[in-house]
Amino acid sequence: MATEAAHGAEEGSSLVFHPMDQFIVKPLFGGSEVHWYTITNVTLWMGISVLAILALMVLATSGAKRIPSRGQSIAEMAYGFVYKMIEDVTGKDAVKFFPYVFTLFMFIVFSNLLGLLPMSFTPTSHFAVTIVLALAVFLTVTIVGFVLHGAQFLGLFWVSSAPAAVRPLLALIEVISYFVRPVSHSIRLAGNMMAGHAVIKVFAGFAAIAAVSPVAIIAIVGMYGLEILVGFIQAYVFTILTCVYLKDALHPAH
Amino acid sequence: MATETHDAVEGAAHAAESAGMPQLDFSTWGNQIFWLIVTLVVIYLILTKIALPRVGAVLADRAGTIANDIAAAEELKQKAKEAEAAYDKALADARAEASRIVEATKAEINEELKAATAKADEEIAAKAAESAKAIDEIRAGAAEAAETVAKDTAAELVAALGFTPKDDEIEGAVSERLKG
Repeated sequence: MATEAAHGAEEGSSLVFHPMDQFIVKPLFGGSEVHWYTITNVTLWMGISVLAILALMVLATSGAKRIPSRGQSIAEMAYGFVYKMIEDVTGKDAVKFFPYVFTLFMFIVFSNLLGLLPMSFTPTSHFAVTIVLALAVFLTVTIVGFVLHGAQFLGLFWVSSAPAAVRPLLALIEVISYFVRPVSHSIRLAGNMMAGHAVIKVFAGFAAIAAVSPVAIIAIVGMYGLEILVGFIQAYVFTILTCVYLKDALHPAH
Repeated sequence: MATETHDAVEGAAHAAESAGMPQLDFSTWGNQIFWLIVTLVVIYLILTKIALPRVGAVLADRAGTIANDIAAAEELKQKAKEAEAAYDKALADARAEASRIVEATKAEINEELKAATAKADEEIAAKAAESAKAIDEIRAGAAEAAETVAKDTAAELVAALGFTPKDDEIEGAVSERLKG
């Protein structure tokens, strides 16, 4: 009885409830200490992202043909997608930020999609990564805003079209929302990635139980399709919000 | 065995620390942030040094080619229109020229016809005059012949009546009667 219970517990712990293990940062070459310079699975999957981006944006476009190959078409589509987004949302004068925004988009979309490979690691499911990305955007917006407009940038918080009486209150709300931006910006991305991957892992755990395994496997297939969509959408959302925030830096007037 | 135990202890410690969420294990943040910055810098350099100028150039080249082709097509269309107009003009000119030639030819033919008619009229008149003259001659000849016949007849009649005809008398009488 006792052994059975122990056995059951062991099985349960090894098969069912480890949905978060996939997010553990591990050194690749032995050891357990994770120093800042340690080569970990984070390094590996970020490196794979870099290689994938290199393959798509450099190798596939190496012909630079007027009539594009399939790979070049995809690269051009990604370029046009982000370029049009920044032009439409932020404005024509914002295209100087295009390489920056495109870097963010490519890194996020490739991390999200590569993270869907079995046994892979998703850097964008970590707050450490997304907070750095979001803070980079936040700092860029703030610094560019003050450099371009000086103290006038603070007009962003002073809604001059509102009645004078409510302006201080609105200013307070605007300031709070401004500083909440990097938090929501980063937690949205990491939360979506983490939740989707964890849910897939939970379903995978249930798949070990014969009675529900068909349902669990169908659910995994469905979730997987959904997660591909979410991977794209979250990269798109992060990028378009970056464009919206950059618009505040370039054109702070309401 | 010792290291294994050490690992296990360490792992347990980490697990406890992160309360089941590796995302909140702050001991790995430095590592992730370091590699993230390296990755972003590498991607940024790849994109700005190679990929984006290349793709941008290809897109600009394609847009330029399309614009040029459209402009060339526009130009050809214009040329075709001009050619059509020129053709129409040439056709109209040719028609006008043809009708002018027809008019001129008609006038010329009329002129010639008139001349020919006049000439024919003249010839006919001449012929008619000639014929009239010939008729007159014949008529004169006939009168003379009639006179001769009359004289002969008269002489015969006179002879038949038993007289000796006298030529000058008969001639005078016949001439007188014929004149009458």
